Amino acid sequence: MKVFGSIRRRLFFQLAGVAAILTLVFILVVRGVAERAAEGTQDDILTASATAIADSLHSEGGAITLDLPYSALSMLGTLNQDRVFYRVSVAGETLTGYGDLPLPDLVPNLGARVVATLDYRGEPVRLVSVSRRIGPAANATTAVITVAQTRQGLAAISQQITWTATGVGIVFLLLATALSLWAANSALAPISRLTGAVTRRGPSDMRPVRAETPEELVPLVEALNNLMARLRASLSRTEDFITEAAHRVRTPLATVRSQAEITHRKLNKPHHKQAIREMIRAIDQSSRSAGQMLDHAMVTFRSDALARDTLDLRALLAETCDRLEPTAELKDIKVLRDLPDDPVTLLGDGILLQAAMMNILDNAIKYSPDESDITITLQQGDQIRLSISDQGRGFGNADLGEITKRYQRGDNVGHVVGSGLGLTIAEEVARVHGGRLDITHNQEGGACVSLLF
Amino acid sequence: MRILAVLMALWAWIGWVGALSAFEIEDQRLYPSDAEASTLRIISTADLNVFDPVLRAFQAQNPGITLDYTVTGTSDLMQAIYTDGAVFDLAISSAMDLQTKLANDGFAVSYQPGSVDLPDWALWRNQLFAFTLEPAVLVVSKSAFADTEIPQTRDELIALLRGSPERFQGKIGTYDVRRSGFGYLMATQDSRNSEAFWRLMEVMGRLDAQLYCCSGDMIRDVASGRLALAYNVLGSYAAGQAAAMPDLHIVEMRDFTNVMSRTALIPATVENEAGAQAMIDFLLTYNQRPDLIAATGLPAITNASLETNTALRPIRFGPGLLVFLDQLKRASFLKNWESSLEQD
Repeated sequence: MKVFGSIRRRLFFQLAGVAAILTLVFILVVRGVAERAAEGTQDDILTASATAIADSLHSEGGAITLDLPYSALSMLGTLNQDRVFYRVSVAGETLTGYGDLPLPDLVPNLGARVVATLDYRGEPVRLVSVSRRIGPAANATTAVITVAQTRQGLAAISQQITWTATGVGIVFLLLATALSLWAANSALAPISRLTGAVTRRGPSDMRPVRAETPEELVPLVEALNNLMARLRASLSRTEDFITEAAHRVRTPLATVRSQAEITHRKLNKPHHKQAIREMIRAIDQSSRSAGQMLDHAMVTFRSDALARDTLDLRALLAETCDRLEPTAELKDIKVLRDLPDDPVTLLGDGILLQAAMMNILDNAIKYSPDESDITITLQQGDQIRLSISDQGRGFGNADLGEITKRYQRGDNVGHVVGSGLGLTIAEEVARVHGGRLDITHNQEGGACVSLLF
Repeated sequence: MRILAVLMALWAWIGWVGALSAFEIEDQRLYPSDAEASTLRIISTADLNVFDPVLRAFQAQNPGITLDYTVTGTSDLMQAIYTDGAVFDLAISSAMDLQTKLANDGFAVSYQPGSVDLPDWALWRNQLFAFTLEPAVLVVSKSAFADTEIPQTRDELIALLRGSPERFQGKIGTYDVRRSGFGYLMATQDSRNSEAFWRLMEVMGRLDAQLYCCSGDMIRDVASGRLALAYNVLGSYAAGQAAAMPDLHIVEMRDFTNVMSRTALIPATVENEAGAQAMIDFLLTYNQRPDLIAATGLPAITNASLETNTALRPIRFGPGLLVFLDQLKRASFLKNWESSLEQD
């Protein structure tokens, strides 16, 4: 599996990114609106001032004159401490005010205003101009009144609002980021729940996933369920095949063996008898090998999905002993059981454990001389120790570490039939149960094979 | 090259002298520093004897600065900076309107002082810095009012002048608002505040009022008995001299009393800006120097004084102060004033 990116990260960054963009838009919009509002206020005051000046224009003895109202300029000082300029021009001639203050490009219509922003005396100023008809109706002239104010107050307001908006924006962004994190986690919660549901299942639980699934994950879960159905079918086919194969191989071999024994009894010539014995041995070996190979295949297969049933190791061991006791009796071997009074429980796969015990015990019986003892001990201390000790020939000089390798046998097996898989199976079963196989030589001869869990 | 340099220096000198000579210098004094690092050129309307303690205290704090203090009238100060482009590092004036015009029209540079223990209105645009609070008062001669009650409002004053014109004929004084910027400011503020002002001017005109350029002269003449009363005299000067002139009595009008602030600004032609800023900082702490307030007699800005006397009308900075400086407005105001006062 290749890990490529993270949905949570992507979701988080995308949500936070959107929040950041919205924050920026918010700040710009607030600033724009506030600036527009502040500018509008300034324009209105300038207009009021210009209108007040226009209203106090009058003609006196034919000459146009102006009594500048105090409020016309003082009102401009109410909002801020900006510089104020004004100019009253009649028919193009400056009547009063700042003669170098630029006039509007076009004379404003009566009742209307013309606004402009330009640089005057080293600072940007806002100008508002209004016009007024003045003088006797016959030869009335147009007066243009322009009032201007610098924009420092405006800039200060704009800056203050920008700071406030930025502050609010940052708080919003932090909040949105935290919420994004929460949203990303919350959106992915069903996936975690589903993962948990799938992970918690037992190894052989191949039922379809039935957990509550969000719409978007339905196809994935369906695909998973399909896959599991196919796997389930495949597993059961494999299981069937193993059982079938064991049956198919062993049964004909048993028939051939019994036929060979009958034939052996009927034959008289020693070399014929010898040939048949050889044949029987070969059949035994084949039968055993087939059995053990199947056992081994089964161990491999079952250990992939190890069952974890609560087992009583004592009962399991007793059962194994019961099953192999007849074989031992054929050689007059006594199987001595040294079992504890209480059950010894272990979580594991009963079939595998029994296979392991069978193989070890079978080996012990096989390699023990007639009329010897095999001691089976089960102890529960810090760990469970299951030992099978015989008085046989041991493993000779073979490396005890190598003995459990596949098809590896001791160097003193002689003519005894074997496949070299028995201990391999036992070792693997011990390993998949989290234990190990321990092989030692007894001091008075014979070997001791222990399963430690 | 050398000739050119000499010519340029000469030209600059002529320009400088020309600029200086265009306005009238009343007084000038140099306060040399022992360890001179820079020179601070101050143009001011405050008389030397009044402002001397402030200058000495400043120099004690800033021993490296030589002070070149020039005294002139309020209108002359305006002319020096606005028209003549004279080079000064600091301009201190009692004419708030003219100072406002200088700042508004771009003849002042901004300075952001540190923490200031002054009300907000004491600073305008970080260009005008107010540091005193001086009322315009009525100064009367006690001997002239020995058997009469001293008027406390403009209406009482008008009634008194109308009632006994023979007593006051030629014995009242006020500012010639055409010559004094401070007088013009007080007159225009009076005209804004009360209609009684124009009636008062009418009455004073009928009584052949004497016109003065400066508060000092009016105070002197009242004290000497040449005048029975003087209207719109700078209260701080009068208070300063009242101790030495026992006949002097100061009346803060109860209907309203205009209060102006002396303000400092740094002209755009500043050369020693650091020195000017040091002086501004010093002046902004003037209200924490009782010794200087006592020595100069210039009351400092405190909120307490405005709260105790509700008749006090402090003049506030703002574009409104530009109104009476408008050419037409000034012309029509002066026309009205002249027609009221000069009836002969």
